[in-house]
Amino acid sequence: MDYLLTEQQIMVSDLARKIAKEKIAPVAAEHDEKETFPWDIMKVMAESDLCGVYIEEKYGGLGGGAMELCLVTEEFSRACGGIAICFAATALGTYPIILFGNDEQKQRYLPDIASGKKLAAFALTEAGAGSDAGAIATTARKEGDHYVLNGVKQWITNGGEAEVYTVIAITDREKGARGASAFIVEKGTPGFDFGKKEKKLGIRASATRELIFNECKIPKENILGREGMGFIVAMKTFDKSRPGVAAQAVGIAQGALDHAVKYSRERKQFGKTISSFQGLQFMLADMATEVEAARALTYAVARMVDAGVKDVSKESAMVKLFASDVAMKVTTDAVQVLGGYGYMRDYPVEKYMRDAKITQIYEGTNQIQRNIIALELLKEQLRK
Amino acid sequence: MNIIVCIKQVPDTQDIRINPETNTLMREGVQSIVNPFDMYAIEEALRIKEKLGGKITVISMGPPQAGEALREAISMGVDDMVLLSDRAFAGSDTWATSYTLAKGIQKLGKFDLIICGKQAIDGDTAQVGPGIAATLDIPQVTYVKKTEEIKEGMARFERMTEEGFEVIETPLPCLITVVKEINIPRLPSLKGKIRAKQAPVVTLTAKDIDVDHDRLGLKGSPTVVNKIFTPPKRTGGQILQGDTQEVVNKLVEALKDVVIAAGNT
Repeated sequence: MDYLLTEQQIMVSDLARKIAKEKIAPVAAEHDEKETFPWDIMKVMAESDLCGVYIEEKYGGLGGGAMELCLVTEEFSRACGGIAICFAATALGTYPIILFGNDEQKQRYLPDIASGKKLAAFALTEAGAGSDAGAIATTARKEGDHYVLNGVKQWITNGGEAEVYTVIAITDREKGARGASAFIVEKGTPGFDFGKKEKKLGIRASATRELIFNECKIPKENILGREGMGFIVAMKTFDKSRPGVAAQAVGIAQGALDHAVKYSRERKQFGKTISSFQGLQFMLADMATEVEAARALTYAVARMVDAGVKDVSKESAMVKLFASDVAMKVTTDAVQVLGGYGYMRDYPVEKYMRDAKITQIYEGTNQIQRNIIALELLKEQLRK
Repeated sequence: MNIIVCIKQVPDTQDIRINPETNTLMREGVQSIVNPFDMYAIEEALRIKEKLGGKITVISMGPPQAGEALREAISMGVDDMVLLSDRAFAGSDTWATSYTLAKGIQKLGKFDLIICGKQAIDGDTAQVGPGIAATLDIPQVTYVKKTEEIKEGMARFERMTEEGFEVIETPLPCLITVVKEINIPRLPSLKGKIRAKQAPVVTLTAKDIDVDHDRLGLKGSPTVVNKIFTPPKRTGGQILQGDTQEVVNKLVEALKDVVIAAGNT
């Protein structure tokens, strides 16, 4: 399908595909098996200028937006969803600065992220606060020129590897949801440590760790927006970043489909290639159609975001929900197409299936996405 | 350091097919790429420049569409590009190509180092690099696998030979051809690609360079291709069976036959 990309977007997408094919694909299985962080690929990404595609030119980026972020994430994910998320999670950690940072904060943090010199991470989730984000217990206490952070964040993608963290913490427990604030915390700040690296089902090249704050003192200038804006920062960030998760899902699904189609033309049973059987053709046709629909929705929402449409909560929940469900289904079917070989780790498709699962869970479970969509629907009805 | 890199646009051999009747390449629908060995030449130039500073100019002789190959070099970080393109160059063999490229390089002015890939994957002659050095009358080091040192007026390279390697020190300017063991070529960068897209291809024709017109193109090409054929496929060979003594005896006999046959010719 022709999505009428701009010349620059085609260039971005082509370059990302080249990196995925020539650099990521050959090392994807090894990083998955050994659960090693792909610094080798991070270096390639940095040299390619792709790390800043969604960051303003005046801060060293390319000046693109959600669409460019999606194109790169999709192409990387086609080779490895785990390596792609190291790139995309940086964007998630950077969006709060892009959306709510003042010029000084942007000057300070964005150029190094745009150049790929530093990775970023976003920290909201805690052991007792997953879908119920309002239950976070990490606190930030104001003391003179500083805030003092205490608490533990859980399952933070890029945790320990990133240099820049945007952290949501409670500044005023009395005010409930309006009592949270967002902060920038740099790696190396005294009182800021990391927990053990988690062992995961999929996206195993990526690092997931706890962030431990113990009387961690940060300058008061590191607050994003104002006190009490923490949840607004988080929600607005998710609105912009969810198309990125969708793009990851689309890429993973496409990668699995590519392998399934290729295999179906090589594998012979009953004296013919299995691609000659209609039962299998129908499967491939459905997979391809679903991937294309997910891609179309992803690009449409990314373009809405970039056009500056004010409220994209519903659409970005829809795209994350739809694309991730498609990824789970298509990757499961891809394993089916490869049969017993698909189940073996010698073949790449089982990894796509493992990597796909997380897209239904993180940045809001798909159940939470349905809540958001339904809530928006009902609000729209009330306004009529 | 003023570095010149010579590159060639070639058909991508990964999907090449040969017309069985004419024994020529079927070029329709085949993508063109930068000759892979030339990618190592570009990368080596970039690494030398990163260390010593200077300027890299990439040059190619070919039809106007070869400009795309030059643009790829720019996207990797090369500074300038020059295309030698003229109907008069058509049909050049390696002799005429070397001459034309050498003259084009002379036109560019002073240089310290010329880097070529060891050979092009379409012709596989490995003659043009050495030919350029001969025409320019400068030293050459072929099959370079490592740049050991470059300093004022001299350079030292490690070159691969069938038996091992040699270390050669040479005055500058000189020409080297490189093998794939020398480095891993980088991918283009986005900013490089944007620059490449906008950069104009500087084209020089026969008139623009100081050449003897009789030495150009088909007219200046002494090579005559009598026949092109696909070499016969290797047959399976012969497997000798039996116990060791038996097999050794059979092998000795077989080798004797080969030696006798060779001696008779």
